[in-house]
Amino acid sequence: MSTRMFGARIERNIDPKLLRGEGAFVDDIPLSDALHVAFLRSPHARARINAIDTAAAKAHPGVVAVYTCDDIGALDVEMPLLIPHPSMTNPQTQRPLARGDVHYVGQTVAMVVAVDRYTAEDAAAMIEVDYAPLAVEMDMIRALQDGAPRVHASIPNNLAAHFVQSSGDPDGAFAAAEHVTRITVQVDRSTAAPMECRAVAARWEAVTGELTVWDGTQAPISVRGGLASVFGIDEDKVRVIAPDVGGGFGQKVLLFYPDELLVPMAAMQLGRPVKYIEDRRENFIGSSQERTQIHTIELAALKSGEVIGLRDFFLHDTGAFIPYGIAVAQVASTSIAGPYRIPNILVEFKAVYTPTVQVTPYRGCGRPQACFAIERAMDQLAQELGLDRFEIRRRNLIADNQFPYAREGLLFADGLKVTLDSGQYGKALAMAAAELGAESFAAAQAKALSEGRYLGLGLACYVEGTGLGPYEGGHVKIHPITGKVYVNTGLSTQGQGHDTVFAQIVADQLGVSPQDVIVVEGDTKAFDWGVATFASRAAVVSGNAIHKTAVTVRKKVLQAAANMLDVDIDSIELRDSAAWVKGSNRFVPLAAIATASNPLRYAFNKAAQAATQFAPASKHDGPPLAEGEAPGLEATDYYSPSQSTWAYGVHAAVVEVDPGLCTVKIRKYVCIHDCGNMINPMLVEGQVMGGIAQGIGGALYEHLDYQADGNLANASLMDFLVPYATEIPDVSILHLETPSPLNPLGVKGVGEAGCIAVGAVVASGVEDALRPFGALKFHQVPLSPTMIADALERAGH
Amino acid sequence: MKPSIFGYEAPTSLEDAIRLLAGDTDAVVLAGGQTLLPAMNFRAANPSLLVDIQHIQGLRGIAVGADGIVVKAMVRHREFELDQDVLCANPLVAEVIQHVAHVPIRTRGTVVGSLCHADPSAEIPLLLVLLGGSVIAQGPSGTREIAAEDFFQSFLTTARSHDEIVIEARFPLLPRRAGWAFDEVTRRHGDYAVVGVGCVVSLDGSGCAERVRLAACGIADRPIRLKDAEAILTGTALGISDLDAAAEASVAAVTQPDDINVSQSYRRRALGALIRRMVVKAAQRAGSAQHAESVA
Repeated sequence: MSTRMFGARIERNIDPKLLRGEGAFVDDIPLSDALHVAFLRSPHARARINAIDTAAAKAHPGVVAVYTCDDIGALDVEMPLLIPHPSMTNPQTQRPLARGDVHYVGQTVAMVVAVDRYTAEDAAAMIEVDYAPLAVEMDMIRALQDGAPRVHASIPNNLAAHFVQSSGDPDGAFAAAEHVTRITVQVDRSTAAPMECRAVAARWEAVTGELTVWDGTQAPISVRGGLASVFGIDEDKVRVIAPDVGGGFGQKVLLFYPDELLVPMAAMQLGRPVKYIEDRRENFIGSSQERTQIHTIELAALKSGEVIGLRDFFLHDTGAFIPYGIAVAQVASTSIAGPYRIPNILVEFKAVYTPTVQVTPYRGCGRPQACFAIERAMDQLAQELGLDRFEIRRRNLIADNQFPYAREGLLFADGLKVTLDSGQYGKALAMAAAELGAESFAAAQAKALSEGRYLGLGLACYVEGTGLGPYEGGHVKIHPITGKVYVNTGLSTQGQGHDTVFAQIVADQLGVSPQDVIVVEGDTKAFDWGVATFASRAAVVSGNAIHKTAVTVRKKVLQAAANMLDVDIDSIELRDSAAWVKGSNRFVPLAAIATASNPLRYAFNKAAQAATQFAPASKHDGPPLAEGEAPGLEATDYYSPSQSTWAYGVHAAVVEVDPGLCTVKIRKYVCIHDCGNMINPMLVEGQVMGGIAQGIGGALYEHLDYQADGNLANASLMDFLVPYATEIPDVSILHLETPSPLNPLGVKGVGEAGCIAVGAVVASGVEDALRPFGALKFHQVPLSPTMIADALERAGH
Repeated sequence: MKPSIFGYEAPTSLEDAIRLLAGDTDAVVLAGGQTLLPAMNFRAANPSLLVDIQHIQGLRGIAVGADGIVVKAMVRHREFELDQDVLCANPLVAEVIQHVAHVPIRTRGTVVGSLCHADPSAEIPLLLVLLGGSVIAQGPSGTREIAAEDFFQSFLTTARSHDEIVIEARFPLLPRRAGWAFDEVTRRHGDYAVVGVGCVVSLDGSGCAERVRLAACGIADRPIRLKDAEAILTGTALGISDLDAAAEASVAAVTQPDDINVSQSYRRRALGALIRRMVVKAAQRAGSAQHAESVA
């Protein structure tokens, strides 16, 4: 292959299998004689458990075991606090099965193991729990007040964390301001709603003492470490496999969910495979959610529109527990200044316990909230100063020659100083204006208005710190028989197409087709070291690790081929799965080189005959394998980023609002984004488009409707409005490629990019569309028809 | 989300089916299953016995006659939607049915099943009310015809007795030269209507409304005729003030309280907007029909 694969729009290796229904998800793993789990979950947001009676459930035919907190021995402790941080006082994590109190509707109280899921659900319904319900407070502001009902009896005011960071001299900036604008905005709670809910299956091999767990997780290696620790087994005796996984979006990176501990426990105790397949309702009430934040943001500006200072105070809803620490709030607080210079910043947040399922990162992870706050504030500032919305942004964007741009004093979620590494922010903004037709929009808007149609222009910029450490690794091996290249890495895929982009990286180094690169992820037996898939990091961290490894293997191939072809290394080129003497028809296939690089005693095929006794690939007079050499063509290497690399973009849209029905239609949507060098633009567009679709969900549809008693009123895909394809407009996606200077491939992450700006864009557009009715304010998403109706009604329309 | 234990029978005669229903007060009829089966998986419905009527002779087919359209119990939405004779006889049907869920659901779900489920937001019950249709129910003591406005009693509740099976629905034709319109507002394409309004208008020679029928779904505990609005509009030239008055008179018809989708006041606003738009659209079509006839 002489064509460069990096940057090519090639189709995804994984698609034929998935599209034919040949994927193997956890529930597809054949486990003979498996038992099935159902959980009894709390119907109360807060209650004291007086007694649990499992007698009837245990007696139900087909039931093998029923567990409460009293039956799980050493597991009856709080699950890990994954990311400690000094801003948390007395951080609370959940127990696998409730002991004493329940803290949200959906919390696991008992586990039934039975011959099938039907029986397990029947039996779970027979468990009698005597609850004494307690008062709840769902509102974050009221929950912080003295005397408010407590989520945890020992924690007054429901305060989970309090954190302040500052950069520059914010007080000085506000003192020097010529204009200050201030708004309060809110983003509501949503959920990832992956196509495949979570799933765990486990098998215990008593003879070998090996535990195998199939887990639809984003973090198999981390789960393995946790399981080994909890069960006191050697890590090498625990194998965690994340097989095909139907979407994660962050929800599947938490460890542990109760089932991830209790299913392996039951498999070990009962001596039979045990399987738990979370159903949709459980996903809604039992798996992590995100997004509720209320920001009050102030901008200190000069009359010119230059923003010289920013103060943001926000409340962050962390749910009933805080296992993931303050990560979401910290990302929000450090993304708050967006792509703008704003040299003086004060950010303060309080994380609040609410009697709801825990909050952990969901695609975007605090960034959509931060973007909504700063972008709505910029719009308001533009309005107040009489500036165009593009213009005020243009005046504040970090200039190309100002990179790297550090925000001294702000620590990002990796504990490192926020430093935006590279970008062409101004160019992106100009491209968005041009692609949307911003210049001619006012005329189009006026013409539409004369026809009784209300068009509005929406605009927002975003930045995204991506590719967090600590590290990932790569293993690359050329197979001696087939010449195919095997690649392993420690993180896992949920359908993003890692296998294709990693293959493209390797294909360029080794001169093979990406289809001949077999990527294996998510199996702890395939690769021992690594962290997880989160924070838009796979291409950055694993991608660069695999690249470094492939470069090493390439050197080995070239050396061995030069020996076999008896020419200088410089005379060798790698293409079409072979090493060629440049400008000639002399070549040796990679398979043969790989075989010859492995000194053999026994010849099992023709190529192997050349490798016996005197392997021509090794050109020395000593032993067949020289001191310090390893057999075969393989290598392992790691990449550990020095800091996050910052992607960014600009979104703009034309929306139409129907003031009668209060509906919003997106007529045109433009996305300019920059994730550094693109490995595969088609996959980048898929990621961006998927993110925008999820963003549209967050902007207009997806709202978890918690009632005053803590019950979730729309815990189904009928009532929780994930947009259909019919709600998603065509999107014009334009790329900018500013290489990251931080890593060999020059790449930045893109997984979360699409969703970040959409809420701000839509609210901005709706406000603009309805300007003929007055200065209506839309400071909350998702933006519902009722909100539009109420705003119009308040304005007398 | 697995159903609790239930029995299943697939009788081949109506008499057997009725006997099974009569013998078990927790038995339910299974036709297309598009609502019932998800409800069972949620354990929101826990029937003891499903009486599957798909193998019963005589419950299939659509008949279009001079006095209306007869839709048998096992006719799927999609058959009703695509039937060319129905389209000619009553184009309002297709206009309404395209709003019912999505094609895969319309391919399985039945027209009569939707009527019997009686979701107050559903489109098919509104269509029957708007047109003044009826259903034929058969029970142990024979058959009876129940008018649409008597059939729908309240939320998910009809006049059908437990041991009756609705064997067919009767949808009247549109009056000659009538114009028609239906639209709804939903949160997403294919969802149940937040508010839906259907309208049939006939004009007199001077272009005034001779006869107006209006019905809405999603606003109360059942689909309802908007009779106050009909009365206001009848005889008028359907001008802006007439439409405003009709919309204003319908506000009180919205009794559905705030729910997870929208507020009650939103529903009132949207109902008014839809009434105005549907009446205008139906009148335009009536005008075109009149014009076409006069040209011919």
